[in-house]
Amino acid sequence: MIKIEKLHKSYPIGKDSLHVLKGIDLHIKEGEFVSIMGSSGSGKSTLLNIVGLLDIHDEGNYFLNGQLIKDMNEKKAATLRNKFLGFIFQSFNLISYKTALENVALPLYYKGMNRKQRLEIALEYLDKVGLKDWANHLPNELSGGQKQRVAIARALVTKPKVVLADEPTGALDSTTTDSVMDLLKDINNEGMTVFVITHEEEVAEQTKRIVRLKDGVIISDEYTNAAKSN
Amino acid sequence: MKFLFDSDTWQEIYGSIRKNKIRTAITIIGVLWGIFLLVVLLGSARGLENSFNKLFGNFATNSVFVWTQSTDKPFKGFQEGRRFTLTLNDIELLTSEYANEIRLLAPRNQTNNLIIKDFKSGSFNVSGDYPIVDQIQKKQLLYGRFLNENDILSNAKVAVISEDMYKQLFDLDEFPIGQLVKINSINYKVIGVYKPSTSVDFDGDTAYIPFTTFKKVYNTANRVDWMMITAYEGVDIEQMEKDVLLTLKGLHKVHPEDERAFGSVNLGKEIGKVTGFLTGMQFLTWFVGIATLIAGVFAIGNILLITVKERTQEIGIRRALGATPKSIRQQIILESVFLTTIAGMIGIISGASILALIDTFLGAGDDAVLINPTVDIPIIIIAFTTLIVLGTLIGLIPAHMATIVRPIEALREE
Repeated sequence: MIKIEKLHKSYPIGKDSLHVLKGIDLHIKEGEFVSIMGSSGSGKSTLLNIVGLLDIHDEGNYFLNGQLIKDMNEKKAATLRNKFLGFIFQSFNLISYKTALENVALPLYYKGMNRKQRLEIALEYLDKVGLKDWANHLPNELSGGQKQRVAIARALVTKPKVVLADEPTGALDSTTTDSVMDLLKDINNEGMTVFVITHEEEVAEQTKRIVRLKDGVIISDEYTNAAKSN
Repeated sequence: MKFLFDSDTWQEIYGSIRKNKIRTAITIIGVLWGIFLLVVLLGSARGLENSFNKLFGNFATNSVFVWTQSTDKPFKGFQEGRRFTLTLNDIELLTSEYANEIRLLAPRNQTNNLIIKDFKSGSFNVSGDYPIVDQIQKKQLLYGRFLNENDILSNAKVAVISEDMYKQLFDLDEFPIGQLVKINSINYKVIGVYKPSTSVDFDGDTAYIPFTTFKKVYNTANRVDWMMITAYEGVDIEQMEKDVLLTLKGLHKVHPEDERAFGSVNLGKEIGKVTGFLTGMQFLTWFVGIATLIAGVFAIGNILLITVKERTQEIGIRRALGATPKSIRQQIILESVFLTTIAGMIGIISGASILALIDTFLGAGDDAVLINPTVDIPIIIIAFTTLIVLGTLIGLIPAHMATIVRPIEALREE
């Protein structure tokens, strides 16, 4: 599903440049539940952004669903994002003046689906995350856990191949963290590839594979007990 | 173009406009004010122009008046300070010599007389005229007719009197036509009553009688007090005035550089001053109006730019969810065009309403300041189109800004 070879990325800082990713090789197969761990500055967010086509890499090859990502223009990237990828962010990133339902339906709008169909599907997904009754509430009327569940519904609504989650539990307490992780597990059990970034061991342990990053290189890559028990 | 008719597009725009009420209001006011000012200024300028036109309206504007004074240079044996008069020979000569330039040439003699009707009387100007006077300054007749060629040929004792004379000499509701008035002990039949002009007027209350009748009754022989010359369209009236005066100087043995011998007023020149002022004012109006409009459009651009900055994160989210740069651009441009259109329409409507009010309060009556203040529809359409085009262009700037950043950078803005 995701294949990365000798990936390099650096950011210019004034005259110098900061070398963030120093040759990453990673292969994630379809249906995997992977977490990336590392301290801040280890390059894990950069990796996720590149995988999510929100940023471009400098060197190396990146294949998404067998397609080489190179010289991608923004229009193509947008289509690929819409088709293959679902995003879950630490700060939820819901649009504040749209209701939960409209937020969930937004990716389908960019897909070109008509309004009635869109809202129908969006409601279905809200029901899946247990927020059907909150469909017409604005984000600021929801709790943190509820917001993240809306965001998860939004990430899933297009039936993406890969769900990318950037510290999805970073802003949540332990109870809601568990419910969010349960949701992600469910998603994975349905066959979707899930790619989580976290710095919490408890979260990482619930995934099936942990990749540890340090200073832009992979220092370990192992399957967890959760994977073995399955 | 399909996206224009998509209810979802408008839903998105409605959402973002509703979210930013103050911004929307300020934006609309900016453009509204611009086009409102343009409409009101142009309309008022038109109204002023109309009232000036009315002022000179019944006058043939390319006219010169010529009369004699006394010479200020000795010439050909004559002393300075000599007095002389224009003659009918001059008229004939000018008519034939300037056949290509002069359209109308009206000689006239004037005097002041007591006019008596039964037991009422009053002192008025009496003027011996040709019917063409009516063509130089149109007389608005209340009753009857003006002098005609027949009156001239038959030396008819007929008079056209003013409304004031009629009121002074006749009883209320008395029909004036066919009645007799006595001027200088001679009876004249009243054939017409005219309403004095509310605009520029050189005659005042004058009783018009045929030139030939005047000549006989007052024994003026060849003498002509003064004359009015109207040129054809397109003739340089100032040059013609100079030429005519030079010819007349030659005829009357006056030094060619004598400044005092002939008096003349060039109506074209006088009106030119006023129309020059009008042109200047119109230019100013356009300048101010368009500048205000542009300022308004820039205000929109400015505000859109600020909000795009504000909305960078939202745009980042949308892009992460699969919004193409094109769809982002379309939304921002459409938003800007929509706002300018709404604002423009409100501006035009309120501007037109103000013009209607002006027309009601200032545009009626004889001494109206602004008559029929209007703006041409094509001008409105051009202004409106310009506004929308500028709105689109100005909307392009923030739209472009919103799409050149990489989505991750947009997302990072907190």
